[in-house]
Amino acid sequence: MARIDLWWLPRALVLGLLAFIIFGPLSNLVLWTIAEKWYFPHMLPLEYGLSFWQRVFSPRGNAMESLLTSIVIAALTVIASLALAIPAGYALSRLTLPFRGLILLAFLIPQAFPNLPVYVNIARFFYQIGLNGTIAGVVMVHVTHGLVYAVWIATAAFSAVDVDLEEAARSIGAGPFHAFRDVTLPLAAPGLMASAIFVFLESLDEFTGTYFVGAPDVTTLPLLLYTAGSGGNYQIASITALLLLVPSIGFMLIVERFLRADVLSKVGH
Amino acid sequence: MTMQTFLEVEKISVGYGTTTVLADLDLGIGKGEFVALLGSSGCGKTTLLRTIAGFARPSAGSIQVDGRDVTQMAPDRRGMALVFQSYALWPHMTVAQNIGYGLKLQKRSRGDIEAKVAEMQDLLGLSGLGNRKPGQLSGGQRQRVALGRALAIDPEILLLDEPLSNLDARIRLTVRHEIRSLQQRLGITAIHVTHDREEAMVMADRIVIMNAGRIEQQGSPEAVYNKPASPFVAAFMGAENLLSMQARVTGEQIELHEGAFNSSTVTARSGRKLLSGPVELRFRAEAARLVSNNDTAAREPGALELRGQVASVSYPGGHWRHAVRLGTDEILVDSITPFAQGETVKVRIPAQSLFIFNTPEAPAPAH
Repeated sequence: MARIDLWWLPRALVLGLLAFIIFGPLSNLVLWTIAEKWYFPHMLPLEYGLSFWQRVFSPRGNAMESLLTSIVIAALTVIASLALAIPAGYALSRLTLPFRGLILLAFLIPQAFPNLPVYVNIARFFYQIGLNGTIAGVVMVHVTHGLVYAVWIATAAFSAVDVDLEEAARSIGAGPFHAFRDVTLPLAAPGLMASAIFVFLESLDEFTGTYFVGAPDVTTLPLLLYTAGSGGNYQIASITALLLLVPSIGFMLIVERFLRADVLSKVGH
Repeated sequence: MTMQTFLEVEKISVGYGTTTVLADLDLGIGKGEFVALLGSSGCGKTTLLRTIAGFARPSAGSIQVDGRDVTQMAPDRRGMALVFQSYALWPHMTVAQNIGYGLKLQKRSRGDIEAKVAEMQDLLGLSGLGNRKPGQLSGGQRQRVALGRALAIDPEILLLDEPLSNLDARIRLTVRHEIRSLQQRLGITAIHVTHDREEAMVMADRIVIMNAGRIEQQGSPEAVYNKPASPFVAAFMGAENLLSMQARVTGEQIELHEGAFNSSTVTARSGRKLLSGPVELRFRAEAARLVSNNDTAAREPGALELRGQVASVSYPGGHWRHAVRLGTDEILVDSITPFAQGETVKVRIPAQSLFIFNTPEAPAPAH
């Protein structure tokens, strides 16, 4: 006699709930991007259309310009962070430094304190030295923020490269520079790539610091999103949010491919 | 040894932090010589090799190669090549790139490099594998690539850090002979670190036995095997059977006093440095002969005869191994024919197989 397995019922319920929690807000967002007219108490938009997309991508809309600013800032942040994180991560993984754990922890400090007072003070200081409202100023704020990922992941990536491999190069005639360039760096590259992506995404999403240090002269996508959202223009805000999602999802897939488990296991050690 | 010293390690001391690994160690190696550093783990043999290679800094002493002082030189300028226990092949490079890397660093022409890499591949039986990555090779093949990478740069000294310990027992036996014949053919000076006695015996011209950061004894394989200079060397070279006795040394003779299991025996001193008093005797299981109790054949002059009971018998292959009980002691003795358990037997140990040492002042720890 075939028995009907009733276990699928709670399972389906839980899965459905989970899917709703994840995809509910997202589908709402997508709906908003194509809604021409939508107000309470209607469950669905009253009119659909792409006129807001046209507005966002029109020469007069700021979206493309902000996107470009965001990408330039993110790219500069990545370059600056890696320039600091590669030597720092290498030193932290290879040398027996006193207070190594403390040094690693120090990079967390910018994240440890409430953002607002920190950025207000930075803004005040940058204003005095003329860095407020400049791309350089925003990049510096983003670097302090992203450095914790960059240094921690870079340290893990270099730790995952066996010292034997470096010594093997040294023993057959490679100087320290060649051994690093030809052996250590290529082997740590996937981890460094992942740290670059983290820093890039962090910078792309960063709002508070950019708001205090950059606005109104430097407008990134999150700032545009904030302006549109607070002005009640949900269509523009949703389209901007969707634009922000694209690099995030793309890079997440890449990170997942690049970051090997043995690197991940060494993060923070 | 009449060979001129090529590598000279003089009064070297190495330590990590507060622990001293090597203290005041001297070692000279001739050109073209194959030397095995033999010892159990933690004896300092790997540290000595890494110090010679330049990866460990000595706190005192000097290292000279062919008259040049290399003590403070970086590892890459010493003209040596180290083969690692882990092989340490670069996973992002192909076999050919791994082997050719040292030549690339020397800025050789592309044709030169290709020719040398091909030669190495031929020499090591790696032909056709040039485009593989190390991850696609077997353990034995990886080991050969590591060797080829080291040999490609024509090093003055080849350093081998337990290169066979990660191989299957069967492959290990063939690779031993391959490395040895390669070293002889190329005439390279080689230092081989190992904890495997047999490996050291079959490969090396000279064996250096290390213990607790010091050299216990060095010499040809047959010398350290047949004439161990200390109880440690005797035990390490397989003379695991241990008996305590009283001895009196008179001129060129040693008299072992009568004990519960043996009659008084006089044997030749044969140059042993020995004082009268308590001694420890060591001998190998295969060096002793087992005969039945009613065997009345006269024993050879100088041989020691013990009487005991067979406690257990096993067959490890080729011969029967007997554990013979002498009071509270137990010794292992091999025999072609098995004896029954519980049987009373005589154990005869020829004079030249008996290693006799003065018992150290402090009682030796239980074995």
